[in-house]
Amino acid sequence: MHIVVCIKQVPDSAQIRVHPVTNTIMRQGVPAIINPFDVFAIEEALRLKDRFGGRVTVLTMGPPQAEDALRKAIAYGADDVILLTDRAFAGADTLATSFALAQTIRKIGEEHPVDLVFTGKQTIDGDTAQVGPGIAKRLGLQLLTYVSAIDALDLEERSITVQRRSEGGVQVIRTRLPALITMLEGSNQIRFAGMDDMFRSARFDVPKWNKERAGIEDVSKIGLKGSPTVVSKIFTPKPRAVKAQMIGADLDASGTANAILDIISSQHPRLAQELGLITP
Amino acid sequence: MAEKFDAIVVGAGPAGNAAAYTMAQAGLSVLQLERGETPGTKNVQGAILYADALERIIPDFRDDAPLERHVIEQRMWVLDEKSFIGTNYRSDAFNSDQPNRYTILRAPFDKWFSGKVKAAGGLVICETTVTELIQEGKKVIGVRTDREGGDIYADVVILADGVNSLLAKKAGFHGELEAKNVALAVKEIHFLPEEVVQSRFNIKGNEGVVIEIAGAVTHGMVGTAFLYTNKESITLGIGCLLSDFKKAGIAPYTLLEELKAHPAIAPLIEGGEMKEYAAHLIPEGGYKAVPTLYGEGWMIAGDSAGLVNAVHREGSNLAMTSGRLAAETVIALKDMKLPCTAPHLARYKTALDDSFVMKDLRKYKELPDILHGNPHFFSVYPQLLNRAAHTMLMVDGQDKHSKEKTIRGSFVQQRSLWGLVGDAYRMWRATR
Repeated sequence: MHIVVCIKQVPDSAQIRVHPVTNTIMRQGVPAIINPFDVFAIEEALRLKDRFGGRVTVLTMGPPQAEDALRKAIAYGADDVILLTDRAFAGADTLATSFALAQTIRKIGEEHPVDLVFTGKQTIDGDTAQVGPGIAKRLGLQLLTYVSAIDALDLEERSITVQRRSEGGVQVIRTRLPALITMLEGSNQIRFAGMDDMFRSARFDVPKWNKERAGIEDVSKIGLKGSPTVVSKIFTPKPRAVKAQMIGADLDASGTANAILDIISSQHPRLAQELGLITP
Repeated sequence: MAEKFDAIVVGAGPAGNAAAYTMAQAGLSVLQLERGETPGTKNVQGAILYADALERIIPDFRDDAPLERHVIEQRMWVLDEKSFIGTNYRSDAFNSDQPNRYTILRAPFDKWFSGKVKAAGGLVICETTVTELIQEGKKVIGVRTDREGGDIYADVVILADGVNSLLAKKAGFHGELEAKNVALAVKEIHFLPEEVVQSRFNIKGNEGVVIEIAGAVTHGMVGTAFLYTNKESITLGIGCLLSDFKKAGIAPYTLLEELKAHPAIAPLIEGGEMKEYAAHLIPEGGYKAVPTLYGEGWMIAGDSAGLVNAVHREGSNLAMTSGRLAAETVIALKDMKLPCTAPHLARYKTALDDSFVMKDLRKYKELPDILHGNPHFFSVYPQLLNRAAHTMLMVDGQDKHSKEKTIRGSFVQQRSLWGLVGDAYRMWRATR
């Protein structure tokens, strides 16, 4: 069994700032991490490998420094990794990205046929959740989104049964392989690598594929050219107007309560009237 | 099969990186272990980079190191409640091709330094904590990590695991840090657009300003504050001896809040967005608190060896220098095919003694004790100096002779004549 996991290196969104003057995202000094949702995809793939054997290949498209994310994947226990990196890919939207990744997976499959593709449910920087489904469509894979657990895998029958979170509850779905699964957060917990894997990771020579290596000839479908999405404007949401306020820390309990009631009375007179705090 | 290296370096701060880089560059097999997610994520400093110490390790560091601003102006301020008196030294000579001091942000800087270690052939493994040293009798033969199959062996282990070196303590190389020998410092980084930083400090391009601050903000505790300009931010911090914090019952962040609200500081950081808050221990015990620096199969460097010159606010340069000297000791022994036994590693101590590191620490060896016994250096004098300046500058009909008399009187009244003479003598003795 061969599983390909697609991951993305993203800036740690918890630490991102928007430049107050130019309104652009300040990436400087913001640590790059594996998209947190993708970590669940890696772990789920590794668990299947633990149970059924086979190999796990982790794939990412990104700038050269995305190598760090793949090195981490090796430490977790991935057998192989591929960094798809080429200037021609720059500026790709989800359409162009899913094209490039699908093409690469096709190429990977020439050597080791791919049975399952995993992705996280979405990225924390783009939030679109479109790349996984885009790959599935292009490769003709069965698509299972928002998967929270894998109940069964039958390699003889070439079928897989998963639990899929939907708006109304949980669906249990069985489908045939090959399939693409987008993993939901919280579905598992990433393993703590042993020292051997850390050494392997530190010494691993991460293979870098350019567009030729990935078998991509049509440059009109990749990078900025292959991306119909246009970012017309970036803005920072206005911070909420009302700031938190410390009330009556120096008062006793009833004093604090009265101070709070006074503020309610002054700021929300109608509510205060309805509560009978003040008379109209 | 357990791995074995020429040397293992624990920690990827300035000392660890200097040691690992120097040994890797010389062709030794080096493993560096760091508990942070990437080098720099757990490291805290003001931070000023002193070029000289790094230049001796990576001469062309200016080509690609992430530096913020080179310092062209140093201000020393003594604060009272509402005022400050101070000095400025600013020189265009600091605008040379090879400036002497820079402000840096440690997260990107440490990552860069670690990249150099890797490029030199060192193996760097992060997110891995060394839990203890593996010893064969007294001899250190390797380290145990928190990962499965985590025993790794080496001919020598260099401890650069930072202030409060838990490994050295666990192995019994030194005792518990004493509260009087360690300062607790807190700092914040406030984002401000580059143009604002430049106009507020009257600087252009990458010029930078540093303000060292003492006085009322420490509430009489032994400590100082600082303000550093970065490219697009200002770092502001304050630190005092842990024992003083304990005695005074004051929380460090309240000092920082007061500092930010001080009329001399508030306008400089106004409108800034707070990006980062960090706290750190700084070993300030000086010469007398430096532990044993080497033993059978191990050496200790940087903060973990207490190598900080608190008087001159220097630490990372002592760390880099000690890391380099430890590495050079190992390289020399390898060249001579000598084992890393304690008598051979004694060269490290000799090299440190001959360097500015120990010479400077020795020069100020009495200072920690004197500052301890004389808290008025941090309470009475700042007030007196500010009051004196105020008296002199107030044009209020009083003649200058009487003003001088008032100022003299206020000094004598607060400290007595003998107190003043004694203070001067003690300071002279401690810093000569």
